[in-house]
Amino acid sequence: MGDFVLNVNGARLRVSASAEETLLSVLRNRLNLTGTKYGCGEGQCGACTVLLDGRATRSCLVPVESAAKAKIVTIEGLAQNGKLSAIQQAFLDEGAFQCGYCTSGMILGATSLLHERHNPTEEQIVEAMEGHICRCGTYPRIVEAVKRASRLLAPGASR
Amino acid sequence: MNHRDEPVTEFVQGSLSARPCISEMDRRDFLKVLGGGLLVCLTQTSSWAQESGRGFGGHELSKELSAWLHIAADGEVKVFTGKVEVGQNIRTSLAQLVAEELRVPFDAITMVMGDTDLTPWDMGTFGSRTTPTMGPQLRTMAAAARQMLLEIAAQRWHVDPAGLTAAGGKVTDPQNTRSLAYGELSRGEKLVKTVSSEERLTPAPEWKIAGTAVPKAEGRDFVTGKHKYPSDITRPEMMFGAVLRPNGFNAALASLDTSAAEKLPGVKVVRDGDFIGLVAPDAFAAQRALAAIQAKWNVPAQSSNQGLFAYLKNNPENGRDDGPQHVSGSVEPALAGADLKLEEQYSVAYIAHAPLEPRAAVAEWIDGKLTVWTGTQRPFGVRDELMQAFHLSPAQVRVIQPDMGSGYGGKHTGEAAVEAARLAKAAGKPVKVVWTRSEEFTWAYLRPAGLIEIKAGAQHNGTLVAWEHHNYNSGPAAIGTPYSVANQLIQYHAAKSPLRQGSYRGLASTANHFARESHMDGMAHVVSMDPLEFRLKNLTDPRLQAVFQAAAEKFGWGRLKSTPERGFGIAGGLDKGGYVATCAEVEIDAASRRVRIRRIVQAWECGAIVNPDGLRNQLAGAIVQGIGGALFERILFADGRILNPHFAQYRVPRFSDTPQIEVVLIDRKDLPSAGAGETGLVGVAPAVGNAIFAASGIRLRNMPMAPRSGVLGEPDPGFRS
Repeated sequence: MGDFVLNVNGARLRVSASAEETLLSVLRNRLNLTGTKYGCGEGQCGACTVLLDGRATRSCLVPVESAAKAKIVTIEGLAQNGKLSAIQQAFLDEGAFQCGYCTSGMILGATSLLHERHNPTEEQIVEAMEGHICRCGTYPRIVEAVKRASRLLAPGASR
Repeated sequence: MNHRDEPVTEFVQGSLSARPCISEMDRRDFLKVLGGGLLVCLTQTSSWAQESGRGFGGHELSKELSAWLHIAADGEVKVFTGKVEVGQNIRTSLAQLVAEELRVPFDAITMVMGDTDLTPWDMGTFGSRTTPTMGPQLRTMAAAARQMLLEIAAQRWHVDPAGLTAAGGKVTDPQNTRSLAYGELSRGEKLVKTVSSEERLTPAPEWKIAGTAVPKAEGRDFVTGKHKYPSDITRPEMMFGAVLRPNGFNAALASLDTSAAEKLPGVKVVRDGDFIGLVAPDAFAAQRALAAIQAKWNVPAQSSNQGLFAYLKNNPENGRDDGPQHVSGSVEPALAGADLKLEEQYSVAYIAHAPLEPRAAVAEWIDGKLTVWTGTQRPFGVRDELMQAFHLSPAQVRVIQPDMGSGYGGKHTGEAAVEAARLAKAAGKPVKVVWTRSEEFTWAYLRPAGLIEIKAGAQHNGTLVAWEHHNYNSGPAAIGTPYSVANQLIQYHAAKSPLRQGSYRGLASTANHFARESHMDGMAHVVSMDPLEFRLKNLTDPRLQAVFQAAAEKFGWGRLKSTPERGFGIAGGLDKGGYVATCAEVEIDAASRRVRIRRIVQAWECGAIVNPDGLRNQLAGAIVQGIGGALFERILFADGRILNPHFAQYRVPRFSDTPQIEVVLIDRKDLPSAGAGETGLVGVAPAVGNAIFAASGIRLRNMPMAPRSGVLGEPDPGFRS
């Protein structure tokens, strides 16, 4: 066991964990940030996606040790002062979930995508999100939500 | 070899023992918990018994109370039902129905669901039964409560209740322009009323809240990570459990060495007969300790995909054939005399539900009472499993089902709940067990594989004269043909399954529709008729005709001509009160032979629509899920092992597999609402297969139809019988 200081959602959190324990396990089981989900533990489903320095990352594949220097953002850190991020709001407005278990990972994946490309085409959305599974099959609405969010985030758009 | 220990939806008749009639919590205790207000209980009337008895052996409802509703002094309405929310949006649509009849705003309703201490006994959430059974029950109870509130107000004011109106959570006297909120009518007293009358329910054309696109209840919690799924539950001092699995089915333990695991800090190994598990202070330590256990197993030789369908045909479940379920006319001479005939075999593979949240449970023992939070479609069924495993009375077990990461028919059982409870008992502390993805693929149950054989005969003019349909192992749901055929023989043959199998969303209906609607397409070809024209010629059910016509119109059927690169197909049917017709457009790349589904148009009718937005979401989801089973999902197995228990090997539909989807809803406000969770799947596979045939002339009769990354034409040796 070692002591690590993680920068999570803007807060510095001290945590004791084995160096090779995954970031997913630490977030869920030691920091009680359960919005990040376990789906496969193998980087195949995207449910555990968080942002590491702004980039969508599978937290089930990242040892906590290597996340210690990064800025980590989880689903709990997206809303600011109770105001949903544009992407959260778009998912809510489109009703882009059924059971909702994939939603955290989808939203963080979309956040990373829209950070890199402000106005992605449908093909670019599909390509970027391909690693995320929604077993309920809500894909068409998720694509619509990402498009809606990109409009909300466009320069000059009023929110 | 046979592992049919799960209640397959259609197999459930008569399989359940007698049930306790009322909740274990006395109604007076219940009111203590709730505080002052009006508690309305619905007792089962004869007509409910009839309704609920259909297909479920009369066990759908408890005999006495089937639902409760409480109106608190502050006006908050709590509705208690044993149904559960698994992503199908029933928490929202049931609340809409109650709000409608009670005449309160949607937001005034809180649904308390799937908690065995708080809600009436319920058989489970499956079979598309919630909307047609629980819906009318809750509506009746709410309508009775509204009538009661009108009468209380009338007494208070000494007026005729007929002159009062109920709206917006208030009773109003239009004569004297006075009103009282529902909460005020109880005056803080504890009033208990039991209703059994069949109230006049508000007809669907008059609905103001029901029938509208109310957004998902508590939707914000799902986009902020706030919602707590079963695997998110924590308890003070909770430990983490893990269970040692054999390296094959039916394995016997040859040797075991747990000493290395037991040396790890805080780890305790628990052995109880065949059960070997452990608890650890954290999840990481639990997995590390599990890996440190040395175990050797003897796994007997077992069957594989190779030869599976011949096996299913030749191994009846009880060693005998139970005979046909349905016979009309005389099939054999009708076939012999038919102008044109077609005889084919179809098959469906074992497939996995693969809910994104695997099985999970947290168990806690306090003073001999066991409480388990777990993801299940049958909280009362899991309570029974726990009672049996630990020799407890119903009052000693509470199962709580937080809205979960779905199930699709795959979470009828309580494996993780029993494991967590066993470990928690041994540890003396609460324990969480979350199955890994590989455990979920391997140790849960599967949708049955099945072989279907169809013989059909028709006249030159396209009139069907004979239809013979045999289903081996996959199930009897929707096995009967909806087409008018004078001579029929329909038979389901239960078989010994080499793998553990159970319920699934649209279980056998998917298989039977795939075979029947592929065969109908083949017959249309044989009689040289347009596939839609051929179906309509042999169809008298106006509801099925209507969805076929609606789908065809939206799709542009008839204006579209298939080419070798682009095919158009149609299929349809009905089950569980839902009518569906599906049109598919597929594209086949000439060089790679890769097939892509470009467009699906689906028309749907299930009576009066309760929530059109939730319904569209369910139907689009059903189409996407149907694509997986149609094209590429399949479990591979050999020698007691699942060979593809990972998402990297078991392909589920992803963004790039999703076609353009258009859903046409037919809202029949004159008909009772039916469930819509399952039957939206059944048209997808045959419509796609028929479209592939139209383009290529290749008839694919085995689901999945293109398992190798969607490439056509390569035989899949694993699935030939």
